[in-house]
Amino acid sequence: MLDLNTKKIKKNAYRVTKVRGETASRVRVPGGLLTAELLPLIQNIAETYGNGRIHLTTRQGFEIPGIKYTDMDAVNALLQPIIDKLEINQEIPGKGYTSAGTRNVSACIGSNTCPFATYNTTNFAKKMEKEIFPNDLHFKVAFTGCANDCIKTRMHDFGIIGMTEPQYEKERCMGCQACVKACKKKSVDALSVENYRIVRNTEKCVGCGECVINCPTRAWTRSPETYYRLVIMGRTGKRNPRLAEDFLVWATEDAIIKIVKNTYAYVTNYIDKEAPGGKEHIGYIIDRTGFEEYKKWAMEGVELDPRTIVKGPVYWSGIHYD
Amino acid sequence: MGYQTTTEKMNAIFSDLSKDYLIYAPKRFVGDGTFTSIDTIRYGEITDLAEIEFAEKSDYSFKEVLLPISETLFYFTENEMKEADAPKKGAIVFLRSCDLHGLKRMDTIYLENGAVDTYYKRLRDHTKFILMGCENSFENCFCVSMGTQQSKDYDAYLKVDGDTVLVDSRWDYLDTALTDATPAPVIADSVTTNDTVVTIPETVPQTLFDAPFWEEYGNRCIACGRCNFVCPTCTCFTMQDIFYTDNGKAGERRRVWASCHVDGYTDMAGGHAFRNDKGQRMRFKVLHKVNDYKRRFGTHMCIGCGRCDDVCPEYISFANCINKLNTLVNDAAKEEN
Repeated sequence: MLDLNTKKIKKNAYRVTKVRGETASRVRVPGGLLTAELLPLIQNIAETYGNGRIHLTTRQGFEIPGIKYTDMDAVNALLQPIIDKLEINQEIPGKGYTSAGTRNVSACIGSNTCPFATYNTTNFAKKMEKEIFPNDLHFKVAFTGCANDCIKTRMHDFGIIGMTEPQYEKERCMGCQACVKACKKKSVDALSVENYRIVRNTEKCVGCGECVINCPTRAWTRSPETYYRLVIMGRTGKRNPRLAEDFLVWATEDAIIKIVKNTYAYVTNYIDKEAPGGKEHIGYIIDRTGFEEYKKWAMEGVELDPRTIVKGPVYWSGIHYD
Repeated sequence: MGYQTTTEKMNAIFSDLSKDYLIYAPKRFVGDGTFTSIDTIRYGEITDLAEIEFAEKSDYSFKEVLLPISETLFYFTENEMKEADAPKKGAIVFLRSCDLHGLKRMDTIYLENGAVDTYYKRLRDHTKFILMGCENSFENCFCVSMGTQQSKDYDAYLKVDGDTVLVDSRWDYLDTALTDATPAPVIADSVTTNDTVVTIPETVPQTLFDAPFWEEYGNRCIACGRCNFVCPTCTCFTMQDIFYTDNGKAGERRRVWASCHVDGYTDMAGGHAFRNDKGQRMRFKVLHKVNDYKRRFGTHMCIGCGRCDDVCPEYISFANCINKLNTLVNDAAKEEN
């Protein structure tokens, strides 16, 4: 007879499914990028221990259903080379994923491929994964290359949106206005013309880089530094689904990593100890403590670039069903 | 006269020359490209041979040295005006054979096509040209088809090989400076074939000007003008009269690059424009490069550097357009017979 500790199973990234006796294994792929050689390994698990099917998760992982609970040790052994190759932090080698609360860190395809992306989203996602996984607390973090937000960071606890600060060399500009048209039609209409040259409204500019992409003479180029917009506490769910709001604009990589890590201490301190399954979305905790208390914890020891704008107080809207 | 010398010696010579010349060469601008983490090779000032990008084709040509993207011609206030000062120093420009042929096209337009352009001439008269060899053809080059793979019209040829520099000098200053260097036979590297081969029709009949052939380009071209801006033989400019915002009685006249693909190029007083269709703009450019210019000046305008094909964001190939046009001309001739 089966005698299972479901709490332990869930923390080991196995799901308690609706099918009696069967579980599903979740394979995390930080940044959503993997080498094709890993696909046969996932196929092998699905065909040997699962039901031959693989579900592509919304967080860019794989979920392998139809696995018997009794085969979890064998599946963990087969997961090991995938865990090694993707350089996942692991507390006990050979035992699979040792946490599941902090979800796979996902990313849009980013500047490896996409012409709009302002940075390598995969690399930043992997770096973040290294900093925060494994952890049982329920954190969702996503990275997107530009303000188009294809990965939908605004539905995450932490969304990181790439920004470049456009550099204008006026002597290379002949006034074709390709940038002005692109900004007006594809972005936020932050550019205007004065004496045939371009004026950038720095308060409106979202750092999407459309001006750089559309400039035919390299009058517009990217800043050497990449900046980020950090949006926080978006969520789906039954009670109050909502989009994340801006917290930092023109922020740096270091500041963002520090803030996310600080949030773990904040959640540990304030989480509802009676929360079902020990799981409570961060946003609801902030709703309870107030934003200023969260900000105090989040900004502890954070060094900001002089360009960084810190928003506050932050208010969220969304739909209330409660 | 040919010499073999060292990079150290050559850099010392250029260091002396920099008192009187600004030295321009194709160099790598890291992260300067259209997309994230993409470099651009374009012209900038150098102080050391190591800064020169010999291994790759430059994305933009040397033309911006002689024809700045934006150049103030004169300043005006009320009843007076003053011409902008010429640069205090001359220029030394490193460039490849095709671009040296491009220089001839620029000279034809600015010096030999009616009135001499004084703003061009005052830069041109104080510029020396140093040839960079081509050991291999780059992607999209078709210099051999255009007959521009070799050029003798240089002040010097220079090749860097590790610490060794080979020089073929036609400039007395360099001959004097290299008196102690080892004499050596130096022949400029040049290619004999390109992957891209272009066949230009001898004449393009007037009947093809409105051919459906151009319509496809009308659907593909986005009128960004990149093909014009990277082209060493595109020499069009327009004027901008500026009135300073804090004193409307003073201002300046600038001339800036213009592009026959970009909106506004054919705008006339009253708002009329006669090439609104982008396919017609393509037709105008292509036939100017390989037909009209030759009728007037005896050589084709295009020098086959292929930069237009390198840069087009919509993957429109100028070279392939000429070849397709050639087929069309031949087919039309067969029909007539």
